[in-house]
Amino acid sequence: MNVPAAWYLVLAAVLFGIGSFGLLTRRSALIIFMCLELLLNAVNLTFVTFARTLRDIGGQAAVFFVMVVAAAEVTVGLGIVVTVFRRRSSTSVDELSEMKG
Amino acid sequence: MSLTIPSIHYLAILPVLILFGGAVVLLALTALVRGALRTTVATGITLLAAAGAFAAGFFQWANIDRYGPSTTIAHAVVLDGFSVVASAVIAVSLGLATLVAHDWFHREGVRGAEYHILAMATAAGAVLMTQANDLIVIFLGLETLSIGLYVLVAFDRHRGASSEAALKYFLLGGFASALFIYGAALVYGATGSTNLSTVSYFLGTNVILRPGLLYAGGALLLVGFAFKVAAVPFHQWSPDVYEGAPTPVTGYMAAVVKVGAFAALIRVLISALGTQMTTWRPILWALVVLTTIVGASLAIVQRNAKRMLAYSSINHAGFILLGVWAASARGSAASLFYLATYAPVVVATFAVVTLVGGPGDERHTVDSYRGLARRQPWLGAALGILLLSQLGAPLTTGFYAKFAVLAAAVDGGGGPLALLALLGAAIAAFFYLRWTIVLYAESPEGAASIPVPRATAVAIGVGVAVTLVFGVWPGPLAALAQHATVLFTS
Repeated sequence: MNVPAAWYLVLAAVLFGIGSFGLLTRRSALIIFMCLELLLNAVNLTFVTFARTLRDIGGQAAVFFVMVVAAAEVTVGLGIVVTVFRRRSSTSVDELSEMKG
Repeated sequence: MSLTIPSIHYLAILPVLILFGGAVVLLALTALVRGALRTTVATGITLLAAAGAFAAGFFQWANIDRYGPSTTIAHAVVLDGFSVVASAVIAVSLGLATLVAHDWFHREGVRGAEYHILAMATAAGAVLMTQANDLIVIFLGLETLSIGLYVLVAFDRHRGASSEAALKYFLLGGFASALFIYGAALVYGATGSTNLSTVSYFLGTNVILRPGLLYAGGALLLVGFAFKVAAVPFHQWSPDVYEGAPTPVTGYMAAVVKVGAFAALIRVLISALGTQMTTWRPILWALVVLTTIVGASLAIVQRNAKRMLAYSSINHAGFILLGVWAASARGSAASLFYLATYAPVVVATFAVVTLVGGPGDERHTVDSYRGLARRQPWLGAALGILLLSQLGAPLTTGFYAKFAVLAAAVDGGGGPLALLALLGAAIAAFFYLRWTIVLYAESPEGAASIPVPRATAVAIGVGVAVTLVFGVWPGPLAALAQHATVLFTS
């Protein structure tokens, strides 16, 4: 069976949409974090699909860069979440209200 | 099958190599030295790296003068006047911010070299952004800059606000990066390349029948950049992050993120998507109006000096965008001039805020500044000059910078837009003046005098000197910006 490339693009767009929705509505920092990863993986899927349709290796190479960046973001992000958690014993972003104005 | 390694012109990436090399050397030193490394050593190495990156600019400039602008590493990195000037501004900001941070370290009793390592790495990322000629390289520079800054913002472990700000910055910054790279993916799909020159060539030689993909990609790129430079309506993170971050870090990020992100934005919009000008200019028009006016209006109601400066920096972002909107060599030169003059001023302003903040980095209400200029005339006058420069008063660089972007906008057919931006400047003038008047108000009883350590004094002095010297005599710097952009557009 041959799946047309457009479907992959639509799937990637849907994943990106789910990720954005979750990022903007969920309250737990960890879930938001997972949504962030979903966004980057949706981007990867888009890159690979275009690389396939354009018969160009550049898009596939880009995926590796995005993966490395995603890994670096996870490392730093989890570190920050842990710092906040140590202070408040909660990862809910609703409680991040020390600053207002 | 053989693998072809692209040729590398090492002079082109010398500033990145120096800054990154400095970070690696310092990292190795911290591992080799027993106990915590002395702050003086870390500061010294950082200053050397900043000076080295600045000096490398002269060699690059000479090279460009002789051979013209060039690209290297498979056309992914570009060496032109624009990148050289922007990189030099980043190097200066790094140096000044390091001086301020040095005294902050002593005051807060923090040891270790982590701050310096991250500062150099982020500066390398920002420099890479100014040179990037490929969306993926821009993304890498952007992330090197942002990921380091997330950590720097969380640096003050004694204050809860610091890690809170870092989490906010991380989540929203990560979202912005994801939007940016998705935009890059869509542009890649629409044009077949992520290289800015190739994209530009493709758009110049092909008629896009269904431009939806390209427009969506361009819009996402623009939103990603708007987040990073804190343009309204994508600015909500910035006041919290500016307030929560340790004050020396705030000054550093205010300067460096703007230079890096605007340099990349100008390259993407003007050199890659220049043919689509009629599409993106109306969007930028709305962004400029919102950013200048909303930024200035919200600054007025703030009580906290750092938040006020955050909104003021949003207002400045609007003016720099105005130069981009002009979409001409003149506009880009004006934006570059604005960035070059704004960076040292904002670092120096936050240096004064660091001093007034006092131990624990807590005294940031505007009332803490009451009578400052009467108790300490030099410090007060310095802050007064820096504020007036941000306001755009004559005889400071702020005046000429605002004048240049406005003139470029009018030149580009944006008379009404320039008027609206001026309205934003007028609103902003209100709180800069109010703050300056507070400085010269009657000093409250028993107000202690603020110690001014030597390194911070140097940083403030340089900021004030730059704004006054180039304010009275803007010719050379303006000519440099113009010359740099001429090389960029050719």
